[in-house]
Amino acid sequence: MFDFLDSGQYDLLDAFWVTVQLAVYSAIGSLIWGTALAGMRVGPVPIMRSFGTAYVNVVRNTPLTLVIIGCSLGLSQTLGFSMGADNFDDIGFRMAVLGLTAYTGTFVCEALRSGINTVPVGQAEAARALGLGFFQVLTLIVLPQAFRAVVAPLTNVLIALTKNTTVAAAIGVAEASLLMKEMIENEADAIFAVFSVFAFGFVVLTLPTGLLLGWVAKRVAVKR
Amino acid sequence: MSGVAKTKGPGDTVPAAGDLVVLNGVNKHFGALHVLQDIDLTIARGEVVVVIGPSGSGKSTLCRTINRLETIDSGSISIDGKPLPQEGKELARLRADVGMVFQSFNLFAHKTVLENVMLGQVKVRRTEKKVAEKKARALLDRVGVGSQSDKYPAQLSGGQQQRVAIARALAMDPKVILFDEPTSALDPEMINEVLEVMQQLARDGMTMVVVTHEMGFARSAANRVVFMADGRIVEEAQPEEFFSNPRSDRAKDFLSKILHH
Repeated sequence: MFDFLDSGQYDLLDAFWVTVQLAVYSAIGSLIWGTALAGMRVGPVPIMRSFGTAYVNVVRNTPLTLVIIGCSLGLSQTLGFSMGADNFDDIGFRMAVLGLTAYTGTFVCEALRSGINTVPVGQAEAARALGLGFFQVLTLIVLPQAFRAVVAPLTNVLIALTKNTTVAAAIGVAEASLLMKEMIENEADAIFAVFSVFAFGFVVLTLPTGLLLGWVAKRVAVKR
Repeated sequence: MSGVAKTKGPGDTVPAAGDLVVLNGVNKHFGALHVLQDIDLTIARGEVVVVIGPSGSGKSTLCRTINRLETIDSGSISIDGKPLPQEGKELARLRADVGMVFQSFNLFAHKTVLENVMLGQVKVRRTEKKVAEKKARALLDRVGVGSQSDKYPAQLSGGQQQRVAIARALAMDPKVILFDEPTSALDPEMINEVLEVMQQLARDGMTMVVVTHEMGFARSAANRVVFMADGRIVEEAQPEEFFSNPRSDRAKDFLSKILHH
């Protein structure tokens, strides 16, 4: 039933490696971008606050497929924006990372903002009373505590992100789901086997992430 | 300052080294509530001023306006001759010179006791880490929690936490320390350990503004008692004078309620 795996025709590991790379780069990007967005949304500058709010509400409510195809067709093919890559594969990969980051960043931002709400006001007041500026209060006192409070919801976001990388197939990035499409066409008689191989592949990626971060969440929790 | 009974007896021992904190005609509203009404208050260098009064009289708010954790609607506040600036770098610099001790301690929950006391020195004063650590350890010893320096705040008792908070304020070498009901959240048996540290500070000549319900502390450590009610300073006097011979009916009423149990 699973003989198609031995044919040597399909490079499963290669495809999943691209998925892993998409997930890791986008995770790093969206954690940074989401933190910056959260900083804007809680900051004292009105224009930054409005930008943060508008951005989150627009992008979070746009389908990911639209965001990623928008990056590819709009930014790359129409505006000629290539993010420093010179071949079709690299451009596609980078556009997918950009789209995933832009999209997932909004969820990171909102998870983080709920974490900021768990930090008692007195923490920021005490920090301000010591003479720390807004940026220092945010980065030294509030965000470190907020992050510890939201490891569990951020795990959800990262797991969703890992599975969302399959949308990159829409712009031709050679990750796992693109290979699956090809295999479905060629191995129509073993369709359930194909599905289960890919489902298993994603579980292998996401289950350890969930377990590891669940352990981290317990370790770093702030005792009050 | 109409309606304020002021007493400055001959035994007034306030060091006359100039005024450190000056509040002039300060008004503040919380919505419709006029929480501070035409407050005039001057605190001299080295003076210990205890602010007492019934709940909701505005004493905590008064304390928090001095380092601008609460903004004011009108009037002026100046510290060491400089008026309080708007929110920003200037204000942060000024706050570094004004220590604050909160009712709920507010120690940084994700940092150890030692890191709590080092943070301001390193990040605001730009002191070298080694120097800051040495100073932090010395201050923690001084307030009697030197052996707890590697623990997290949640592992300490309330009294210990508040003493760490005092050490954290002292680490900035402040010109004045504001105490906003420092013992109100403590179990009774822990109040004294905190008051003793404060008494020692007062003896060492630290300028202090203390909002409290501890009349014993007011009697023994204060140079001056400020009695507030309904957003106004009703009476200012030396402690002995105030407790034995209050001028205003409001203060008589307040004292009769708290002292005769």
